[in-house]
Amino acid sequence: MHGRDGFTCGLFGFSLLILLMPTIGAANEAGKKLAQQGGEGVQACSSCHGAQGGGNAAAGWPRLAGLNADYMAQQLTAMANGTRSNPIMAPIASALSEQQRGDVAEYFASLKPPTMAPGGEVDQKTLHRGETLAQRGDWQQGIPACTSCHGLQGQGVGVAFPSIAGQPAMYLQNQIKAWQSGSRHNDPNGLMASVAKRLSDEDSQAVTAWFASLPAKPSNNDQ
Amino acid sequence: MTAKDSKHPLRGIRSPLLPAVLALFVLSVNAQVDETLTEQVELEPAPEAGAEGYHQPPSLDDIPEGPFGDSVRSGWEAFVNTRQHPEAKRFVGNKQNCGNCHLAGGLAANSAPMWGAWGIYPKYRGKNDHVNTMDERIRGCFTYSMNANSSEAGGPPEPDSQVLKDLQTFFFWSAQGAPIGKNLPGRGYAAVPEPQNGSSVSRGEEVYQNQCSICHGSDGSGKFADDGRQIFPPLWGAGAYNWGAGMHRINTAAAFIKYNMPLGKASPVEKEAVLTDQQAWDVAAYINSHERPQDPRWEGNKASTDEKWHTHQCLYNETVRGHTLGDGAG
Repeated sequence: MHGRDGFTCGLFGFSLLILLMPTIGAANEAGKKLAQQGGEGVQACSSCHGAQGGGNAAAGWPRLAGLNADYMAQQLTAMANGTRSNPIMAPIASALSEQQRGDVAEYFASLKPPTMAPGGEVDQKTLHRGETLAQRGDWQQGIPACTSCHGLQGQGVGVAFPSIAGQPAMYLQNQIKAWQSGSRHNDPNGLMASVAKRLSDEDSQAVTAWFASLPAKPSNNDQ
Repeated sequence: MTAKDSKHPLRGIRSPLLPAVLALFVLSVNAQVDETLTEQVELEPAPEAGAEGYHQPPSLDDIPEGPFGDSVRSGWEAFVNTRQHPEAKRFVGNKQNCGNCHLAGGLAANSAPMWGAWGIYPKYRGKNDHVNTMDERIRGCFTYSMNANSSEAGGPPEPDSQVLKDLQTFFFWSAQGAPIGKNLPGRGYAAVPEPQNGSSVSRGEEVYQNQCSICHGSDGSGKFADDGRQIFPPLWGAGAYNWGAGMHRINTAAAFIKYNMPLGKASPVEKEAVLTDQQAWDVAAYINSHERPQDPRWEGNKASTDEKWHTHQCLYNETVRGHTLGDGAG
């Protein structure tokens, strides 16, 4: 009896595993397919964000590889509902179902971020100003250190504070402009909008150049 | 329960004088213990800034080379990364850094800047009837805000120890050019008058969940990076400041919150706030209506500890949500 029970139990467990396997794989497979081949009304993400989700520095399209999955899914929703206004992404995000947004976000979150930073042509003085702002802030202007929310090297903290290390400078600058103009207003508690409005164009250029010069790291988990 | 575990200088000494030396040693330990385990006196509010504004600390880029500069840098590091600093971390018994309550690494006006504190010590205090030094004041911060009794060292740093020297060298450096013995504009937190209706824990909960939980967590436990570095400090529970820290007072917490939080929305130097006085008081009450590490001046029970040490605006030994506060957390 004992042996038979064990066998039955084992068989049941094995069957369960077999049953679950396609589901586990399916999310990633579906996400991967969307990313690489696109879907109905959706062009392949990789055509702009790169085959490995590394982004496109020259065009200012962000790296997606290694970003927090929930953050990316939230952004797709925000681009679909207009709280993050983006003419290129809006139709794509709207064409994706909630399930698809989750799938594709999970796929990109699972990719290793590129080791090379996008960098850019900026002088040392600008980089130094950027590093100072990023790590210490400018309290005379009411600007706290960026790293106090985005993590020590800007690698991101949980779903609310995305990784900004190794993101193209142009992408980051465009976001700061979007916070300033209000075309992006999906930040929790209006925190980023408030900081962005205190940043001068010069400081925005400096701080984004510094974050762009850092190698990307996978996001910190929200602990 | 205090600094005794970190004191081993006499180990191995064999001398007929040893008992006498030990007796003196024990007395001196007790004297040191008593220095921080006293009433923390509230200071008079700082004057408003005039046309000349606030004291301008030098830039961190201008810390000089050499032993003095090394000490300033070490003190700054101990201040902003207390939990990682090789010496300071031994005295941290919770999950706080000095810079959590003194924003901009202790350099921002209206965020209890160290350049504001430097020139008002040594200070005579009637309550403990002796001249309080800066060295002693920092040890008090370790005892209460950093809950040093639960730290690796078991108590605050020894008087005149290297970490206290470095911290004071950093304070001194930041205060260069500021007058000594003057209550400077921007010192401490800008006081927020108590609203007519007092404060409400339940209203404060709503403020907290809307304005604070995104960073400090809905359970007040803060946020940490994967490598254990603190990103947002815990506000209650075992990782928070204890029941003796200044921040457990509702008026003090309200004053800190009003011009410093939420980070990036309020601006201490520009003295801008987004919360109303009422919201600041309410959320200060809510945060301080949770358990935190016990008051190191524990008198054996909550009622006696309350009577002796908590005759100010706080919720120690008050009943909130059906629980009488003051059990401690650890």
